Amino acid sequence: MTYFRAEDLSLHFGGLKAVDAVSFAVEKGEILSIIGPNGAGKSSIFNLISRIYPPTSGKIYFEDQDITQQPAYEIAGLGIARTFQNIELFENATMLSNLLVGRHRHSTTQLWQELLFLPSVRAHEKAHRRRVEQVIEFLDLEVYRDKLISGLPYGVRKVIELARALCSEPKLILLDEPSSGLNVEETGDMSFWIRDLKTDLGITVLMVEHDMSLVNRVSDRVIALNYGKVIAMGSPSEVQRHPDVVAAYLGA
Amino acid sequence: MRFLFKTDYEDDIRLMPHSGYLVTYGVLLALLAIAPFVLSSYIVSQLVFVCIYATVGVGLMILTGFTGQASLGHAAFLAIGAYTAAFLQQYNVPFPVYFLAAGLLTGVVGALVGFPALRLQGIYLVIATISFAFIVEEILARWESVTHGNEGMRVKTMQLFGMAISRDSPSFYFLCLGFLILTIVGTLNLLRSPTGRAFVAIRDSETAARSMGINVSLYKVKSFAISAAITGFAGCLFAHKLSFISPEMFTLLLSIEFIIVILIGGSFSLHGAVLGAIFLVMIDPLLTYLKDDLPGMIAGVASTFGAGKESASQIQDKAAAIASANGLKGAIYGLIIVLFVLFEPLGLYGRWLKIKLFFQLFPLYKRATFKRQKIYVKSERNR
Repeated sequence: MTYFRAEDLSLHFGGLKAVDAVSFAVEKGEILSIIGPNGAGKSSIFNLISRIYPPTSGKIYFEDQDITQQPAYEIAGLGIARTFQNIELFENATMLSNLLVGRHRHSTTQLWQELLFLPSVRAHEKAHRRRVEQVIEFLDLEVYRDKLISGLPYGVRKVIELARALCSEPKLILLDEPSSGLNVEETGDMSFWIRDLKTDLGITVLMVEHDMSLVNRVSDRVIALNYGKVIAMGSPSEVQRHPDVVAAYLGA
Repeated sequence: MRFLFKTDYEDDIRLMPHSGYLVTYGVLLALLAIAPFVLSSYIVSQLVFVCIYATVGVGLMILTGFTGQASLGHAAFLAIGAYTAAFLQQYNVPFPVYFLAAGLLTGVVGALVGFPALRLQGIYLVIATISFAFIVEEILARWESVTHGNEGMRVKTMQLFGMAISRDSPSFYFLCLGFLILTIVGTLNLLRSPTGRAFVAIRDSETAARSMGINVSLYKVKSFAISAAITGFAGCLFAHKLSFISPEMFTLLLSIEFIIVILIGGSFSLHGAVLGAIFLVMIDPLLTYLKDDLPGMIAGVASTFGAGKESASQIQDKAAAIASANGLKGAIYGLIIVLFVLFEPLGLYGRWLKIKLFFQLFPLYKRATFKRQKIYVKSERNR
């Protein structure tokens, strides 16, 4: 059985077929990249998986469980975390509280316990804080702990978003253009971290990316999309040489 | 300047990051404790109003400041708390019981208001809460068998453990102060635990909150319920302080007063709620002063600058007419809100932070420190 599977996934806005009968599978522990020109439906697929949009048709399976009808907030509970293309951090909060929100799916304390801040809540908070600190160390974010997000540069925010997703201890992570807006050095760091996600933390990665050098460096397999349809699938070099992919990018 | 060296995760959790806090709040508490014995009864009475308004302010701050859900219906929650107390008091229910009932019932009503509000945002939510407030006001005026309609209801002196606590006694002041402190501590506890962080997450990005596993609807309802419950408790104290309640006390103007409390004080901080309450309670004496003394003063100035006796008295009459005009209060509130939003969006607490930083960094303070930077990266698509 496959780890994660999308079957005949479609998303139509009226006559526009943003995603059109897309099927693919992700193996446990691999890094799968989705590439394609602007408007090919890459981010739409992510929004379908994280249940921001309901699919017009098709099914999504994760660990053999049908998650197509799960409410959006339960997706994180299953172990699927994501980042956003345009950064959706909590702007007026410190980095620490942003990362602690990532721990939300592990919080078990009740409202009345929190109002009194009972010792059990305190113990939970410390445990969360410890996990968050591990992620901070993993991504070298120590200097930003108490900084407000609204005052941080774009490149750092991008890493913090990855950190927040990691804090939820996901099994599958969806990265929506992890390198967009980053400079060459930051992109290099990002590619090391993405490899580390796989090798050190054992997290399966599904990512949308435009930077082909990053795709080549990290991906095990690549899917190319155009006009909502899968046009090629395989190793990075195979997909890049595929005539349909060349046509999609350069014009026939 | 003080630099904090954190050596334990506890340092990020504790309410008072360093010993300075203990001193400041200790002194403040001591001053508040001796206040009723040294200050005039008028000022103590005003302090009670500050406590009640600040309690409502904290409640509204949870909903508006931290969860980002605007509400112009908090006067209605206050009314529900007040009327529940007054109604149950008739049947000789003891104070602790009807105090709890007032808060819990209002909390349940708040949750019920929260459900239809789930799909509304921004200005639409404001309209929905205003309508809710009007409905409650109308029910209070019409449901005469319970609320005595526009005649209003008397609220008897509070009986607590066999003691009568009159509304002007120091004990009543301590009760209100104690409840305010309890509310603030509870709210601070909430804010440093998962629920509080979920509120802030919903305020800043609902999409991201949802994808982090936060049940946005549930937490919005929770926020409404908590906010309403705190306001309901405050309503019970409010009823006792006024000793008489009627529907026309809980109008839109009162809801606007609560908005002023959090807006002037500074959204996003509990200090703001208290500072805003102090500010608001001070407006009334100011208005009285405007009515009583200002016209005479203006006439005096006018006659000094050579106006004849008759024209001076004309000027005095005109000034008096303006100062006692209907709706002056509303106009002044409006003016205050506009001025604060334009020139001090962070409110009184923001101003306090700036002053504090000025002295901490002297002479290196830069005005640009608090300049807000606009960054256009946030996507509106996934709202």
